Amino acid sequence: MASSEEDGTVEEKENNNKKRTKSALATAWLTFYNIAMTAGWLVLAMAMIRFYIQKGTHKGLYRSIARTLKFFQTFALVEVGHCAIGIVRTSVIVTGVQVCSRIFMVWFITNSIRQVQSEESVILFLVVWTMTEITRYSYYTFNLLHHLPYFIKWARYNLFIVLYPLGVVGELMTIYAALPFVRRSGMYSMRLPNVYNVSFDYYYCLIIVMLSYIPLFPQLYFHMLRQRRRVLHGEVIVEKDD
Amino acid sequence: MSRTTFFEVKVLDAKTKEQLCFLDKVEPCSTIADIKSLFHKSYPHWYPARQALKLYPKEKSLRDDEILQNLPVGTSATMYFRDLGPQLGWTMVFLAECIGPLLTYLLFYFRVPYIYSHIYAFTSSPHPVVKLACACHTFHYMKRLIETIFVHRFSHGTMPLRTIVRNCAYYWGFSAWLAYYINHPLYTPPSYGELQVNYALVIFVMCELGNFSIHLTLNNLRGDGSRSRKFPMPNKNPFTWLFLFVSCPNYTYEVGAWVSFSIMTQCLPVALYTLLGFIQMTIWAKGKHRAYSREFKDYPSLRMAIIPLIL
Repeated sequence: MASSEEDGTVEEKENNNKKRTKSALATAWLTFYNIAMTAGWLVLAMAMIRFYIQKGTHKGLYRSIARTLKFFQTFALVEVGHCAIGIVRTSVIVTGVQVCSRIFMVWFITNSIRQVQSEESVILFLVVWTMTEITRYSYYTFNLLHHLPYFIKWARYNLFIVLYPLGVVGELMTIYAALPFVRRSGMYSMRLPNVYNVSFDYYYCLIIVMLSYIPLFPQLYFHMLRQRRRVLHGEVIVEKDD
Repeated sequence: MSRTTFFEVKVLDAKTKEQLCFLDKVEPCSTIADIKSLFHKSYPHWYPARQALKLYPKEKSLRDDEILQNLPVGTSATMYFRDLGPQLGWTMVFLAECIGPLLTYLLFYFRVPYIYSHIYAFTSSPHPVVKLACACHTFHYMKRLIETIFVHRFSHGTMPLRTIVRNCAYYWGFSAWLAYYINHPLYTPPSYGELQVNYALVIFVMCELGNFSIHLTLNNLRGDGSRSRKFPMPNKNPFTWLFLFVSCPNYTYEVGAWVSFSIMTQCLPVALYTLLGFIQMTIWAKGKHRAYSREFKDYPSLRMAIIPLIL
């Protein structure tokens, strides 16, 4: 009897230990992830600055950083996983939409359509993304280590006011520049007749993507503004209940 | 001579907390539905279906059949009102959702001008499968309309307007998209020809009959007037024997009908529509299955939600 009691408490302790080690493991992984991503985007920033200083032009800049960009931006997919298993408390859908739109830009626009790689709008959104991501990942890192300097918090919740619209402008201009090349080459498109009785026109798909920025961008922007008010000024926002 | 104490009901706006209405001399045995009708008299544009009344602003709404004197209030009750927005009865909802696909498909079948190139206006396809597909699609939605009007008995009243617009956009849009390809001049008939079409047709008809039988069975569950709640059981109709394996055979048959329609037309958009419908119906079936299992202690354990032995 005494031994079974002991077993009971030992099991409980083991369960508690498991929970503690699990969240310690999660914190360790998240810290490592955020440090790695901050470092990655810093490397990108350095590479971009060095290229511009050495060559004095932005032509060919994308080619020089393409592989690093693709690696780190694609790796951000694990953030969706973080939300799904619950170690980060954000909505899976919001994170999913943000990461997918980035992946779309990198893989389906700049990677596939060589001719847009020398556009200025590409540099615009690359600069914006770099600044945003470095701020964001360093914010998360310091948060996890419980040592958040105020200027990082300030940067995270203020820079977006200018960077977000600039980034959207860069992305939209890039897609717009890509349109004639897509039309001419007929890439990623499928025409009738075919055995599956379906057709897909990448050109019109891109136009729909551009139009979808109109409803989506204001929603995300105002969401960030509300977050900012809550975090920086401690205002209690009355949410509209549906 | 008995003296009944009348209740007073104060109705406040849930957000602004200002008083909207004061009802005195309310019978203690009135229901929430009665109070909603009284409130409707003062505010004619807020018909009862769009009112939500609660005892505390953040709580759940009170049900229409709750009786005033059974609520935890004194003789002077305060209720909070929320406008649920314009509502439509379930019958109207189903009618709106079904009429759209029915008519839009026919627009494409008859190749109304401006859809396809003008040389094809009002022509018809040489493939017999296209005619058959139109017949099947039209039959499916006609059957649904008839069931909505004559068979289904809807429990709680209404659905908000925004949801209806979204649902209609989905059904109408998708049926237009798949009708576009099936009735296209460059449509390719199925790879295995007549064999594929005929087998798919047989399965389609069987699934439609099955779906109809299940709807009749579910309807009769409520029809006999007895107050006891029971769960559906198989009867003499062979199509209802699926109840041995599944809680929601109506969804199973519906998925079967759409799978066979995809095979019949060999059209990828139809397959995509089937997949999305399957996902949604699985969610509904799982909810229903859980509700049945919780409510009835002797619920058969062999039954799954939507696919026998698997899901």
